[in-house]
Amino acid sequence: MPELSYREAVRDALSQAMRNDEDVFIMGEDIAEMGGSMGVTQGMLEEFGPDRVRNTPISEMAIVGSGIGAAIQGMRPVVEVMYEDFLTISMEQIVNQAAKHRYMSGGQLKVPLTIRTQGGAGWSPGAQHAQQVEAWFVGVPGLKVVFASTPSDVRGLLWSAIYDDNPVIFFEHRTLYGLKEELAEEIEPIPIGQARVHRQGEDVTVVATGRLVHEALAAAEEAGQQGVSVEVVDPRTLQPLDEDAIVASVKKTNRCVVAHEAVTRMGFGAEVAAVVQHQAFDWLDAPVERVGAKFTPLPFAPVMEEYVVPHATDVLEAIQKTVQRDGSS
Amino acid sequence: MAQTLRVPGSHELRRVIGDGEAIPDGEVEGLEERDLLELYRSMVLLRTYDERSVVFHRQGRVGTYAIFWNHEAMQAGSAYALERGDWIFPSYRESAIGLLRGMPVSTVLSWWRGHPSGWWNPLDYNVASICVPIGTHVPHAAGLAWGKKLRGESGCAIAYFGDGATSEGSFHEGANFAGVMRAPLILFCNNNQWAISTPLAAQTAAETLADKAVGYGIPGVRVDGGDVLAVFEATREAVARARAGDGPTFIEAVSYRTAPHATADDPRAYIDLERVEEEKARECLGRYEAYLQRAGVLSDELAEATRAEAAEALRSGIAAAEAEPPADVALLFEHAYAAPPASFAAELAELRELLDG
Repeated sequence: MPELSYREAVRDALSQAMRNDEDVFIMGEDIAEMGGSMGVTQGMLEEFGPDRVRNTPISEMAIVGSGIGAAIQGMRPVVEVMYEDFLTISMEQIVNQAAKHRYMSGGQLKVPLTIRTQGGAGWSPGAQHAQQVEAWFVGVPGLKVVFASTPSDVRGLLWSAIYDDNPVIFFEHRTLYGLKEELAEEIEPIPIGQARVHRQGEDVTVVATGRLVHEALAAAEEAGQQGVSVEVVDPRTLQPLDEDAIVASVKKTNRCVVAHEAVTRMGFGAEVAAVVQHQAFDWLDAPVERVGAKFTPLPFAPVMEEYVVPHATDVLEAIQKTVQRDGSS
Repeated sequence: MAQTLRVPGSHELRRVIGDGEAIPDGEVEGLEERDLLELYRSMVLLRTYDERSVVFHRQGRVGTYAIFWNHEAMQAGSAYALERGDWIFPSYRESAIGLLRGMPVSTVLSWWRGHPSGWWNPLDYNVASICVPIGTHVPHAAGLAWGKKLRGESGCAIAYFGDGATSEGSFHEGANFAGVMRAPLILFCNNNQWAISTPLAAQTAAETLADKAVGYGIPGVRVDGGDVLAVFEATREAVARARAGDGPTFIEAVSYRTAPHATADDPRAYIDLERVEEEKARECLGRYEAYLQRAGVLSDELAEATRAEAAEALRSGIAAAEAEPPADVALLFEHAYAAPPASFAAELAELRELLDG
C-alpha cells in the first residue's frame, strides 16, 4: 500500500473523482501552475488541463457563487478558498445562496458543491490567516461541515463530499498536510456524519477535531502512563454531528473533554457539551471540560500564538480535571 | 455580424421604434409579423400579470409584490432572443418572466402567495429560482455559463438585475469572472434609475452603467429599455457573441420606474411625480402598440383579443392558485437537505403534536 500524505490524499480524492466524472472540476486562486498555496493541487493542471483545473480571479464571492451556478445544472464543482479566513468574503454565497437553494425550490434544486478551504495556527501567519472558523457554519441549516484529521479520513470524506447532493464546507488543517499514512489504491468513501473512535478508553472521552485529534492522542498516551484510560473520538463531520457515537462513548467513560483549536467560548465544543449533558446527564461524573483557543485574535509572535492555541498539555490538564472531580483518582 | 460596440461615455441609446413624428420607425432584420405579434402577446401577458397582481395584493390575495410596470419591453424583448436551453436568472423584478417559457400563471402567483406550488423546478424551464438579495445571482449565472462551456454545450445564461445591483461586490466579481473566463453570459441591467429611494446619481459616479463593461474587457451596450425591438436586437447580438465563444456582453437598458419599488413602498416621499407622469405617457407597451398599428400589423380587434386572452389567463391563474390545498407542514423541515437530518423526525413530530393538540 502506498504511503500518502494528507496533502496527497486530498489530491488523490480530487484526481480520482475527476477521472471518474467529467462533471467534477476544480476552481480557485493559484491552483493551476502553482498547485495551490498549500501545494494540494500540484500536477493536476498537467493531467486535467486548464479548463478543469481553473485559476480564478481573486474573487471569493465569484468562486463560490459560480460553483453554485455550475452545480445547479448537475455538475459537481470543487472550489478552493485559499484560507478559511477568506470565507468571510463568500459568506453571502455560502449562507444565503448555497444553503438555501434546495429549500427555496421546494427540494427540486440540488447544489452538489464542495468548498475546500484550509487554515489554522502553527506557523505564525497572524490574525487574518490562522483562524478556525468552522463553528460559523455548523448553525446554518442546509450546509454540511466536514473537518478531517488524517489522510485516510480526508480522502474518504472528500470523495463523499463531492458526491453529496448538498453543499459541503470541507475544512483542512494546514499543519496536517505533511501527515502520512498507508492507504489502499482504491478510495473507500467515508459516510458524512459518522464519527471515528481513534482510541478506546474507559475513564474519559475526549471529543476532538482537526489538529486537536493528534494533540488528544498524545495527551491520551501521557494520561495512560498516569493510569487514566482515555477514549478519543473524532466526529470528522461537524454538521451533521454523530451524536450517538459521542453519547455512547460518554455513557461508557462518564467523563467528557471537548477539544478544538478554535476559540473555546461560543465554540463548537459548547454544542458537544450541550448534547452530552442533555443525553447523558445521569452518566456524567464531572462537568464537561472544554479545550480551545483563548478569546483573542491570533497573534503574530510565534511564542504568543503557541500560547493562545491549545496543545496536548492543555488536553491532558482537562483530562486530569475531569478524573479528579469525583475524588476517585 | 454587426457589432454593438460603443464609445465609452456615450449616452446614446439604441432604438428601433420611432415616435410617430420626427423619429422614424426602424425594423429588425429577421423579425416577421408572427414574431412581432408574439412579442406583443408576451408584453400584454406581463402587463396584465403585473396590474392584476397589484390588485390581488390590495385584496390580500398575494403578499408584498415587486411591481414591474413599464419593464415589460426589457423582459419580453430580451427573453425572445434566447433559446429554450438558455438559462434565465431573474431578479424579483422579473418574477413572472417564466410565463414566457410556458410556466403557468398560477405558479408565479403561488410564489408571491408563499405557497409551495409556487416552487417551480428551475430545470423544467431553465429559469433559476429568484434570489432576492441584490446581485447575488450574477456569479451563479456566470458559473452556469462557464459550466456550459466546460461541457461543450452551446447554451448561454442571462442575468437580470437593476441599476442598484451594479454597486454590489457580487456583480463586480461575477462580471469580471465571466469576462476573464469568456463565459457565455449576458449581463442585462434594467436601469430604471431608482433603487428603492436611491437615484442612479447616488449609486454611481460613472457616466453610464454601460461604461462599467470597459473595466471587464467586454462590450457594453446601451439601449432604450422602453423599446422592445431595440432590446431584442441588442440581446440577439449578445447571444450570438456568447454562442460564438466571444464571452459576455453587458446590456444597459435604460428605462424609468414609474411604479413604486414594491407594494410596500410609497415613492411620493422621494420621487419627482411630474417626471413619473411624463414617463408613464411614453410607457413601453403603448409605444409598441402604436408601432405595430403604424406598421399595419395590429388591429384593434387583435389587440382586444390579446388583452382578453391575458385577462382570462390571470382569472384562471388566481383561481387555480387559490384552489391549491394547504401545504403539508412537513415542508417546514423537509427541503433543507437531500436526505433528512437526524433532527427531522423529532422536530416534525413536535410540530404535528402542536397542531393536532
